Amino acid sequence: MTDTTLWAIVLLSGAATYVWRALGVAIAGKVSPDSEAFRLFACIAYAMLAGLIARMVVLPEGILAESSLLFRLIAIGLSVAVFFASKRNLPLGVAVGLGTFALLTAVWS
Amino acid sequence: MYPFPESPRGPITHGAIDATGMPALVLLASMIGYGSMAREAGLTLWTSVASTGLVWGLPGQIAMVELYALGAPVIAVMVAASAANARFLPMVLSVMPLFNETPTRRRWHYAVAQFITLNPWAAMMRDGPRMNPAYRTPYFAGFAGVCIAAALIGTAAGFLMAGALPRDITLSLVFLNPLFFTLVFVSTRDRGQILAVLGGIAAGPLFHLVSANWGLILTGAVAGTGAYLIDRRIRRRHD
Repeated sequence: MTDTTLWAIVLLSGAATYVWRALGVAIAGKVSPDSEAFRLFACIAYAMLAGLIARMVVLPEGILAESSLLFRLIAIGLSVAVFFASKRNLPLGVAVGLGTFALLTAVWS
Repeated sequence: MYPFPESPRGPITHGAIDATGMPALVLLASMIGYGSMAREAGLTLWTSVASTGLVWGLPGQIAMVELYALGAPVIAVMVAASAANARFLPMVLSVMPLFNETPTRRRWHYAVAQFITLNPWAAMMRDGPRMNPAYRTPYFAGFAGVCIAAALIGTAAGFLMAGALPRDITLSLVFLNPLFFTLVFVSTRDRGQILAVLGGIAAGPLFHLVSANWGLILTGAVAGTGAYLIDRRIRRRHD
């Protein structure tokens, strides 16, 4: 395919994604952060994003699918445990999770 | 009245400083993964970097690159990218009320919407309600600016390093993304949002097996609405 096709794909994908964003601004209109609608939208967004992340861990696509499900779950579980045990220390939780995953993958693969 | 501590350096710098660290690092890492993926799929350096800047949503970018590599027609690629990024509708819907309170003109909200992704969204949902409304838009601009800069650099670096990184390192870079956001999401403190996150974790993979295309939208609709209704019932009982 040509360079022009590639640029068309990138521009159209950007525009097609922006449709969702513009729709969000238009619908949100004058909704107040204290309203029930705001609470409902927030719950839907949190559920969708948590579902996306869980899907990425349990049923990954791309290169992550080459790693072991067990290793991914152990790393995430340990990371969450350390995160809460350390009074929500985010860098520490990430470091423990990443270290666990890297170590397990390096030793058994 | 607004307990979010403001920086003497101003809101833009404040947002930029808060994004520098974990959020920028995670974006850099996952976009390195994306950049090398884009190169393998046949994109050029500039179209790879432009796709990060213009689409600005990783699941949609991945769908775009995968379908392009398969030689799908342009329209099919566009539809798949858009469908994979449908979560921007509830994300913008849920964060926009925070900007509705600001003195910024409404047409600027359409610009704000283009820069919303997971990192700045999560920061605004967490800290935005505690911020003075006038502080929100510039803080978001600084935060999102650093995020997009890190993502563009990551995409270019990933493209240029494609094939040079050992497999284990690439694996860890890609794993950083779901790992980081798991911690971001389990640390929500609002009861309705906690219920939504737990429901989403359970329903996400399950509904994905039912339908890869609609699973995510279904997850939001079912788990999100369910969490809202349970939370509302508990709130009413305590009134």
